[in-house]
Amino acid sequence: MNVMSRIAPSSTSVPLGPADGPPAPGLEAVAITKRFGAFTALDGVSLKLRPGTVHALLGENGAGKSTLVKCIMGFYRPDEGAVVVGDREVVIGDPRAAQTHGLGMVYQHFTLVPRMTVLENLVMARASVPAVIDWRAERRRLAAFLDTMPFSIDIDAPVATLAAGDKQKAEIVKQLYLDARVLILDEPTSVLTPDEADETLGLIRGMALAGRLSVLIITHKFREVMAFADDVTVLRRGRLAGSGAVADHTPDSLARLMIGDNSTAVPVERRGLPGTAARLRIAGLRADDDSGLPALHGVDLTVRMGEIVGVAGVSGNGQVELVQVLAGQRAATAGNVSIGDEPYRATREEMRRHKVHCLPEEPLRNACVPGMSVAENMAFRSFDEPPITRGGNWLGSWWLDPAAMRRAALDLIGRYRVKTTGPDAPIATLSGGNVQRAVLARELSREVDVLIAANPVFGLDFAAVADIHAQIVEARNRGTAVLLVSEDLDELLELSDRLVVMSQGAIVHETTPAAADLTVIGRCMAGH
Amino acid sequence: MDHASLGWWGVPLAVLAGAIRVSTPFLFVSLGECLTEKSGRINLGLEGTLVMGAMSGYATAYLTGNPWAGVLVAGLAGSLLGTLHAMICALERVNDIAVGIALMLLGTGLAFFLGKPFIQPQAPQLPAIPFGWWSSSAQVRSALDINPLFLVGLALAPLLLWGLRATRWGMVLRIVGESAEAARAMGYNINRVRLLATAAGGFFAGVGGSFLSLSYPGSWNERLSSGQGITAVALVIFARWDPVLCVWASLLFGGAGALGPALQSVGVTQGYHLFNAAPYVLTLAIMIATSSSRHRLAGAPAELSVTR
Repeated sequence: MNVMSRIAPSSTSVPLGPADGPPAPGLEAVAITKRFGAFTALDGVSLKLRPGTVHALLGENGAGKSTLVKCIMGFYRPDEGAVVVGDREVVIGDPRAAQTHGLGMVYQHFTLVPRMTVLENLVMARASVPAVIDWRAERRRLAAFLDTMPFSIDIDAPVATLAAGDKQKAEIVKQLYLDARVLILDEPTSVLTPDEADETLGLIRGMALAGRLSVLIITHKFREVMAFADDVTVLRRGRLAGSGAVADHTPDSLARLMIGDNSTAVPVERRGLPGTAARLRIAGLRADDDSGLPALHGVDLTVRMGEIVGVAGVSGNGQVELVQVLAGQRAATAGNVSIGDEPYRATREEMRRHKVHCLPEEPLRNACVPGMSVAENMAFRSFDEPPITRGGNWLGSWWLDPAAMRRAALDLIGRYRVKTTGPDAPIATLSGGNVQRAVLARELSREVDVLIAANPVFGLDFAAVADIHAQIVEARNRGTAVLLVSEDLDELLELSDRLVVMSQGAIVHETTPAAADLTVIGRCMAGH
Repeated sequence: MDHASLGWWGVPLAVLAGAIRVSTPFLFVSLGECLTEKSGRINLGLEGTLVMGAMSGYATAYLTGNPWAGVLVAGLAGSLLGTLHAMICALERVNDIAVGIALMLLGTGLAFFLGKPFIQPQAPQLPAIPFGWWSSSAQVRSALDINPLFLVGLALAPLLLWGLRATRWGMVLRIVGESAEAARAMGYNINRVRLLATAAGGFFAGVGGSFLSLSYPGSWNERLSSGQGITAVALVIFARWDPVLCVWASLLFGGAGALGPALQSVGVTQGYHLFNAAPYVLTLAIMIATSSSRHRLAGAPAELSVTR
C-alpha cells in the first residue's frame, strides 16, 4: 500500500488519433453462475461496464475474476446468466465469436509468437488471412493503422526482442487492430515497471475517454484502480463483494471488500539490526542465459547475517539466472561467490556445509519431482544422512528407511500446515500454495544460514502470503542472511532491510525501504 | 581423353559427382524433416520411411514398367507412414521420439518383408539428363548425368523457404511450431497442422527412398540404406531448420560419402573403410562443433521436444 502515496496519478492527456467508427459499446454480465462439479466458482455475479469507461475487477487469487472473464469471452459456458454487449444479449460460444462481437482480451501472459515479428503476429491474428501474403502491402496497411493510434511500436522487430512494456502494447494494439471495442485486460501491469504501467494504462484510459474503447481491467493493485478506473467491482470467493464508482472508495475499503473483515494477519516484526559480518558475497558474477547470450553482466552483492536484501526488477533482467547460479542450476562464466570466507560453487556438499537453502520460483518445476511423493520431496535435503539412512558402517548410507522418511514428512506436514491427502500423495496433486509450503518446510525446518528466495508468494492468497512472509522474517530474526528476489515491489519494501534494483543483468541501484524513492526505482528498473 | 588420364583430378570430380548423386536422398529426407520439425514435431522414423519408399518405388516400377509411377507410390507410402506417426503422436502423453524409433523399425522391417520378391528382378530406372554432352571425357559425362529428382529437390528448397514465409499455410505451420499456445488462441487445430506437416514430410522422404532404388545405387536390397534417413534428421539441425541450407548440407554429406570410393578408384586403398566413414565422422564433428550445453540451438522451433 505504501507505493500508492508516492506516485501521483498519471496524467490522462494523451495524443489521440481521429475517433473512427461508432462509439464503443458497453458490456454487462448478468447474474453469472459457473460450477465445476460440486464447486461453485461464480455465484450469480453481475458486472456492468459503462460505454467509454474503465472498469476494474478486483479480487484475490481464486476469487473468480478469471472465471468471470472466461465466461464473458466464451472459454467457459456459464451455467446461468447472460452476457449483454451494447443493448443486445449475445451468446458467445468460443473466443472467435467474442472477436466478432468486438470483444478483445489481453492475457496476463503474452500470447504473441516470440520469434515472429509484430507485423507477422498481427496479420496472422486476423480472422481471414489470404493464402499468399503480400507482406509489403500488409506492412503499409499496418503502419497506416498505427498512425491513428497513440501507441508506437517497431512492427518489424521480433516480439522476443521487445521490452515487456512494448510487448504489452503490441498485445493491446493487436486487439485494436482486430477491431476490438471492448477491451479486457488480465493483470496487464504484472510484468511492467511502474512507469511502463502508468504509460500503458494512461493511453488506454485516454482511448476510453475519447469513446473509442470500453475497458475492463482485472487487477489486484489498488493503486491502479484508484488512478485509472472509473468503476470497480470486487469479488470474494466467487461472489460479488461490492461495486460502484471508484470515487466512493478508498484503498482500505476496497481491501476490506476483497479480504473480508476477518483474518488480517499481523505482519511479523523485523527484530534487531542486521549483523556486520558479510555472509553471502557475490563479486563480478557473470552468466549466460538459455540462448547463450550474457544475462548477468558482473553482479556485485553482499548479504549480511540477519539481513534481508531485496532484489527488485522487471522479470527477464537476469534475476532468474542469478538465482539459478546460486542454486547450482546454472554455471557462472566469471566472478566469485563466497560464503563466509570460503568460495562457494553450489555443490550439494557446500550447500550442506554452509547451510544454504533455496525457495526458487515455480517450486513444482524448480524444486520438486512432481511424480514423487510429498514425503520423498520433503526429504531431498536429508535423505542421504541419518536418521533416514540406516546403520553406521560404510554400507549404512546406502540403506534408506522409508518409515523414518514418512515420520519426518508427517512432522513437517503438521508443523507447516501442508494440506495433502497424506505423505504418500504425489506432490503434483497439491495446490500451488501447498507445494510452496511443502518446499518451505523442507528448506526452513533445518538450520539455515543463507536463504535464497525468488518470488516466494507468487500466485498465493492472502493467508498463505502472510504465512510465508512471517517464516522468512523469522528466519532473518534468527540470523539467516536472506536474498529475496521479487517482482512485487510492495513485498520487497515491506520485508527488506536493504533494497537493490537489478536491470539488464547488473545491480544498478541500492537503497533502503525507508529512503526509497519510487520514481528513481522505477527509472532504474526500466534501465534508465 | 582416356579414362585413367584424369588421374588425381578424378577425385574432386568424383566427389562432385557423388555430391550430386548421393545427396539426393539426403536432400529429400532433410527437406521433409525440416517441414515436419517446423511444425514442432520430430519424426525419427524417416529412416524406415526411406527404406519403405525405396522398396515400394522399386516394386511399383517393376510391376508397372514406369519408374515415375514408382516415385509417386514411394511418396504415398511415405505419407502413409507420416500420417501414422502423426496420429499416434496426437494421442495423450505420447512421445514423438519414441514413436519415431518404433516407426523406423516398423518401416525397415515391413520393407524387408514385403520386398523379398523384388530383390532379384531388375526394374526400369529413372532416366538421367546428360548435362555432360559437351565433354569428351567419359568420367565428366557420367558425373554430369543428373537425375531430374535432384533438380526437383533443388527447386523445392527455395519454394519451401518462400512458402514458410509468405503463405498462410506456411505461417500457420510456423506458429504451431513456435507456440502451440498462440496457435490454439488463434483457433488453429494443432494436431491437424502437424498431421499434414508430418504426412508431407513423409512424402518427401519416400520420394528420397525411391531415388535409392530407381537411380543410385539403383536396385533393391536390404542393405540399400546405410542410415541416410537418420543422418538427414541430424542434417536438419546442422542446417538450422532452413530449407536452402539443407541443400548445402546435403551436398556436403553427399560429397563426403563419395570420398571413399573416389580415393579407391585412383588407387588409395589404405584406410578405405575410414574414408567410407567420412559422413558419419562429419555428422559427429559438426554436431559437437555447433551444439552447446549452455544454450539452445539458434533457429530451433520452440515447440520441438528435443530442444526444450
